Parts: sequence; structure tokens; C-alpha cells
Amino acid sequence: MKFAVLVFPGSNCDIDCYKAVEDTVGEQVDYVFHTATDLSAYDAILVPGGFSYGDYLRCGAIAQFAPVMAEVKKAAEEGKFILGICNGFQILTEAGLLPGALIRNNSLKFRCHQVGLTVENAKTGFTNDFAQGEVITIPIAHGEGSYYVDDETLAALKANDQIVFRYAGDNPNGSVDNIAGVCNEAGNVVGMMPHPERAVKEILGSADGARMFTSVLNAWRERNGAASIR
Amino acid sequence: MKAKVYVTIKQNVLDPQGNAVQGALHTLGFNEVGKVRIGKYLELDLDTNDRAQAEEQLKVMCEKLLANTVVEDYRFELEG
Repeated sequence: MKFAVLVFPGSNCDIDCYKAVEDTVGEQVDYVFHTATDLSAYDAILVPGGFSYGDYLRCGAIAQFAPVMAEVKKAAEEGKFILGICNGFQILTEAGLLPGALIRNNSLKFRCHQVGLTVENAKTGFTNDFAQGEVITIPIAHGEGSYYVDDETLAALKANDQIVFRYAGDNPNGSVDNIAGVCNEAGNVVGMMPHPERAVKEILGSADGARMFTSVLNAWRERNGAASIR
Repeated sequence: MKAKVYVTIKQNVLDPQGNAVQGALHTLGFNEVGKVRIGKYLELDLDTNDRAQAEEQLKVMCEKLLANTVVEDYRFELEG
């Protein structure tokens, strides 16, 4: 399996994502620059956190038009596995690959600490290694992570099982319905504010994030029938 | 031709910055202040004299980039 970690000007969790792939599943992983125009070699695309283009105008607003994003859209349509983390989630919503928007935390503070997350959908390509309803620990680090959708879209998200994670306990940012992560209708594109790549070993405070990477490897193997030849 | 673009947070979306500024104004004694909403103001120089075309282009610019219509509204004025 081959992973791409996208790198925009201002990405700062790209190295963490790269190392997380190496340390959790040990599959091939490449940094792919925002100017790239071909992602056909990759099975999974990680859109990392950071402050792409300085968060100018809005978080992710300018990154959505980077050349590589046309390829990300194509990959999404092809059913490839795409995970947007923090700024990556903001970019995917701005690009229209995921519904909703991320706005300023209701506290107005940059919140950087561990949170409990309830796994609301353990069937996506990135969550199949969790149990449905399991509470996991993953850190957040954002100032603009309050997920917003209107009532109509929220009803659709619930009906289609697109809410992937909810904050368990205190909601750190005021997001609608305590939402921390969502997926597209097909379930191959997932976006979340918490940082699973920062929670891949106990020494980091939690190893729960590692299972997002093992999940996608499982999903890829299942899709490609590779499990039988392991 | 000059364009002034105003991007504002939709009425049903929470504006924590506006709430904080409202609180600060109350602290300063401006108790007549009700709701405060913070938005963005952009000035654009457009290399065209065709008003209709400018309006059409501005609408596309707002929809594509300048506003996120999930959470924001926009309006613009043309001068010159």
C-alpha cells in the first residue's frame, strides 16, 4: 500500500503523518508537494494539519485551489482513502469534498490537549479497527475547529451515518452536535479536527490514533484481496 | 473600477468574536450596544469598465473564494 502525505506552504504536521505511517503500518509513504499533478500512484492520501497559506482569508480557503487538489478530488471520486486532519479537514470542507465548515472555537482560545472521542461510525476506511461506540483518546490543537452545518445538512449526516467522531464529555470548541469528525457519503473521505498522528504510541499519551492507520491498511487489503496472500 | 466586498457571518451562525467585542463594549460602559457581528471588508481594483461583467465576475469570486457560503453571506458595491 502506498501513502501520500500532502505538503502545502504552511503545513506543519506533515512529518508527524509520515512518521505515523512508518511507525504504525510500515507501508510506503511519500511527501507530495502542493504543486503535484498526479496522485495515481497512491492508495491513501493524508492531508495534514498546519496553517496552509498562513490561514489567510479563511483556514483552507486558498489551499483548496492548489494544483494537487484537483487530483485529490479525482482520487475521492475513484474511492481512494483520503484523511484530512485539522487544517487538512478545513481544506477538505473548503474544497467541497466534505460537508460543513470549521469556524472559530466558541471559547476564542487555541485549544491544545487530549480529548475523548466516541467512535460513531466504525465502518469507514479509517475506523474499522475501532469498536462502534468506543471512546478513544486523541489530542486536539486548533483555534478554528468548531464544526458547523445547518439543520438540514445535520439531518442528512445522521441519516447517512456520516458522523465519524463526536467529542465525549466536554465539547472543546462548540461544534454542532459535538461533532469532531465526518465522512463523505461513500465513506472513503474522512475529516477530523483531532490529531491521530500525534497519538500513535503510549509515550505520546495515547496509542489510539495508530488504529486509524491500521484501519486503512485493513480496508485497502480487503479491497484488493491482499489479505489472502499475506 | 473599484469594488468593495463585504463578507459577513450568517445570522444563524455563532460569532464568538462578536460576542467578545460586545462584552468589551459593555465593560467600557456602552450599554446601548446590542448584538455585535464581525465580518470582512475587501477592496478590489478591477481592470474593467463593464459594470455588468464586473458584477458577474465578482459574484463568481465571492462564491468560489472570498466567502464560504456555508457560514458566510456576501454583498458588494461597485464604484467608478
